[in-house]
Amino acid sequence: MKQPCTLTINGEAHELYLPVHKTLLEVLREELRLTGTKHGCELGECGLCTVLVDGQAVLSCLTLPIEVQGKAITTIEGLATDGRLHPLQQAFADLGATQCGYCIPGMLLTAKGLLDLSPHLTRQTIREQMAGNLCRCTGYTKILAAIESIVHHAE
Amino acid sequence: MQSEPLQVIGTSVRKVDAVRKVTGQTCYAGDIDLPRLLHCKLLRSTQPHARLAGIDTQAAQALPGIVAVITGADLPKPYGLLAASIDEQPLARDKVRFVGDPVAAVVALSEEQAAAALAQIKVDYLPLDPVMALTQAVRAPTTEPIHAYAEQGNLQKMLALQFGNVDQGFAAADLIQEDLFFYEGNTHLPMEEHATVAHYEADGKLTVWSATQTPHYLHRALAGYFDLAPSRVRVIAPPTGGGFGGKAEPLNHEFVVAKLAMLTGRPVKIVLTREEVFYTHRGRHPVLMRLKTGVKHNGAITAMAFDALLDGGAYGSYGIVTTHYVGALQTVTYQVPTYRFQGARLFTNKPPCGPKRGHGTPQPRFALEIQLDKIAEKLAINPLDLRLNHLAPPYSQTANHLTITTTGLGDCLQAVADRAHFRERYGHLPLGRGLGLAAGAYVTGAARPIYANQMPHAGVQLLVDRGGGVTIFCGSTDIGQGSDSVLAMIVAEELGLTVADIHVVTSDTALTPVDLGSFSSRVTLMTGNAALAAVQQMKAKLLQTAARVLKVTSSQLVMQHGRIFVAENAKRSIAFSDLVKLAEAEHGTLGATGSYTPPERGGRYKGSGLGPTPAYSYSACIAEVQVDLETAELTVAKIWLAHDIGRALNPILVQGQIEGSVYMGLGEALMEEQVFRRGLHKGPSMLDYKSPTFLEMPEIETILIETNEPEGPYGAKEVGQGPLLPVMPALANALFDAVGVRIDETPITAAKIFKALQLQAKGAQARIGPTHFPAVAYPELLSVESQWGQAAPGSAGHTGKGQ
Repeated sequence: MKQPCTLTINGEAHELYLPVHKTLLEVLREELRLTGTKHGCELGECGLCTVLVDGQAVLSCLTLPIEVQGKAITTIEGLATDGRLHPLQQAFADLGATQCGYCIPGMLLTAKGLLDLSPHLTRQTIREQMAGNLCRCTGYTKILAAIESIVHHAE
Repeated sequence: MQSEPLQVIGTSVRKVDAVRKVTGQTCYAGDIDLPRLLHCKLLRSTQPHARLAGIDTQAAQALPGIVAVITGADLPKPYGLLAASIDEQPLARDKVRFVGDPVAAVVALSEEQAAAALAQIKVDYLPLDPVMALTQAVRAPTTEPIHAYAEQGNLQKMLALQFGNVDQGFAAADLIQEDLFFYEGNTHLPMEEHATVAHYEADGKLTVWSATQTPHYLHRALAGYFDLAPSRVRVIAPPTGGGFGGKAEPLNHEFVVAKLAMLTGRPVKIVLTREEVFYTHRGRHPVLMRLKTGVKHNGAITAMAFDALLDGGAYGSYGIVTTHYVGALQTVTYQVPTYRFQGARLFTNKPPCGPKRGHGTPQPRFALEIQLDKIAEKLAINPLDLRLNHLAPPYSQTANHLTITTTGLGDCLQAVADRAHFRERYGHLPLGRGLGLAAGAYVTGAARPIYANQMPHAGVQLLVDRGGGVTIFCGSTDIGQGSDSVLAMIVAEELGLTVADIHVVTSDTALTPVDLGSFSSRVTLMTGNAALAAVQQMKAKLLQTAARVLKVTSSQLVMQHGRIFVAENAKRSIAFSDLVKLAEAEHGTLGATGSYTPPERGGRYKGSGLGPTPAYSYSACIAEVQVDLETAELTVAKIWLAHDIGRALNPILVQGQIEGSVYMGLGEALMEEQVFRRGLHKGPSMLDYKSPTFLEMPEIETILIETNEPEGPYGAKEVGQGPLLPVMPALANALFDAVGVRIDETPITAAKIFKALQLQAKGAQARIGPTHFPAVAYPELLSVESQWGQAAPGSAGHTGKGQ
């Protein structure tokens, strides 16, 4: 069964006609070819598919498009503005936070959601809030350093 | 040699792919879409060990959207990475050997339709007794062996090697320490699930994009399997979303989609699910070990005898190589005058094991470094001194004929000990707090290829266009370690450019010269040397033109900041972009090639091919832990890790590799286990397979020791794997210092610590670990003279072949 659905992604409205059971992750990647959003489990276990919905980090593999109609969805493709990297992206690139890079879109969006909520975060809060995003390459160390560099900048 | 200070090498310049990766623009294999793309799903065995009596695909074939259903009958030939173990079928034919073994493939218009059709395929299994444990695999099979070609029952391969008179060595010892250890299996868990797209075009050419660390091996395998001229096969490895060894060999799904592409004439894609990644595996072998070491009162080793049984899972994979590596590198850290290794790899009905970061060396290193601490305790020697006093010297040979060149192990040990105040604090911390020390060594690339040939291991082509653009073509595969960036840095350095001026084209068998692949920590040294060879040729050509124009000799010129200067008179210069036009007019199209073949190393005995390398890297680790005496929960407070990197070409990337190794080591030591119950994987998901998160990561202090290895580009050695090795035993040793219990197996869980503490409270031996080592009928020992203490053969300089 399909039904119409309008999604606002990175500021652009997309009028779609979707099977009701397709997840937001599937729609982003397969219908809209926004492949920057990654998948690692499709069970809500790894954090790779994180996107922002009205500024809040959400696992797109556990979200149905119908739930997020009328809300502002941000994917990794929407993080840089006018070709300028977001400070988080800049910090991740400069401080060696990307190795294979596969977890990075989810990391960046989770971090953005966190920082937008409160720019003053302790290391422990960052670690707790980021713990749902797995990475296999970096040991999280340089990712943590990159996020902290933005926190310190804000202070 | 470099006369000017280096501009790019040694700086923490941003990776060439960093911006693509932070903006989501990197196109991984699973992101590829093509017109008319079909989707493939695999039906996997529900039985651990069974004969296949029949497969009925009719009902599945009739479903909407189904283009084809194939079985083992459509792919009748076996394949395998090593010539000695060609034992896998892309789809099972006569029997299945583990739960997850593929038996049929569906290709459909959509992934969903393909998945739905799997449920309609009927498979008739005739179950056989499954073999699920090492102890069971060493016994005679109750039904039939898992493979008919094994050397004995389910023992695939046995090795028995002896170097020098080991018995005499034990007779001369003042103390003989013998222990059993068990290292549990674990898996790579790359964030990116395996994905492959195959396209067979009308001109008879097969193109395969795959998440692989070894496009060259896949190229060879596909051409061989399908009897295609290699010139008609093109393999492209897009940036890989994590490998760690799990994507280092041709895998069943790659053959299946290639077949389906040829069958349908349309592009076919498969993306494995997370559960399927656990079945594809090729991860860490579980290894049961017996280690016996004889020492003098001062701790000098007189003899070492090591027995290891590897649980290989259902197929060969790299397993024979792994078995050799399990025995090979114990001798390169400390002085071991006589050495015996007996090992066997066994087949069991579990997903096949293979190479995971450190390939075959973390298990024996765990055993050796824990045993050294036990010896230190008995001899009342500080564990640091026990190691420092008996280091294998530089430019020497080992008992098993390995050649050590530079070694920074002493400096590594001293550095971590100083930073952690090990001498002052070890043995003196309050109950529950502990420090543990361990060391390790790893190859910077295997000295020999997996198929015998005289060709280079790495090649680079360089193109300089008349606009001043520089493009590097190289078969190496960036799996996140930063190999593309290393190539760009080397070429930028030599031509006086910046990394941003360089284009890097890698891992495409139609465009790039062969590099063997991203495994055995070989890429920086080997492709780095090939890049140097290529760029130096290019530089010579360019300088020839510049010398003519500036009316000086080439040797008076310096390439820097995008210009070519006369060294003594910086006002006389020409821009790189102007020079290339003149050079192209003089020489024609500007191209250069470079390649690298490692030096011939290793002994002349059978089995000597694994272990030799251009250079060993060395690492030392100290772990500080806190154990909750009530719950037995272990928390890692801090890790110090010093690594002999030779020369850090990009310090931030080197640190990143060390931190990633520490992380992976913590996971292996404390929680990760690929285990099975009644033939089934206990938890093939990221929730059940516990791995460390942000919360489990302690502070890591890394220290880079630079030994300037003559064989490495600018002196560099590997860093991708070596730093992992000391982490696991350092944690085990720290646990002992904290609470006085020994866990001689991984993972070191709170449950095991709790049990050991209970034993300790009862006055029993506070140890958890294996208590029995089964007898194995090894072949007769191959006895070879020990080369321990002899000087390294050849000169101390650069001996590999750059051309």
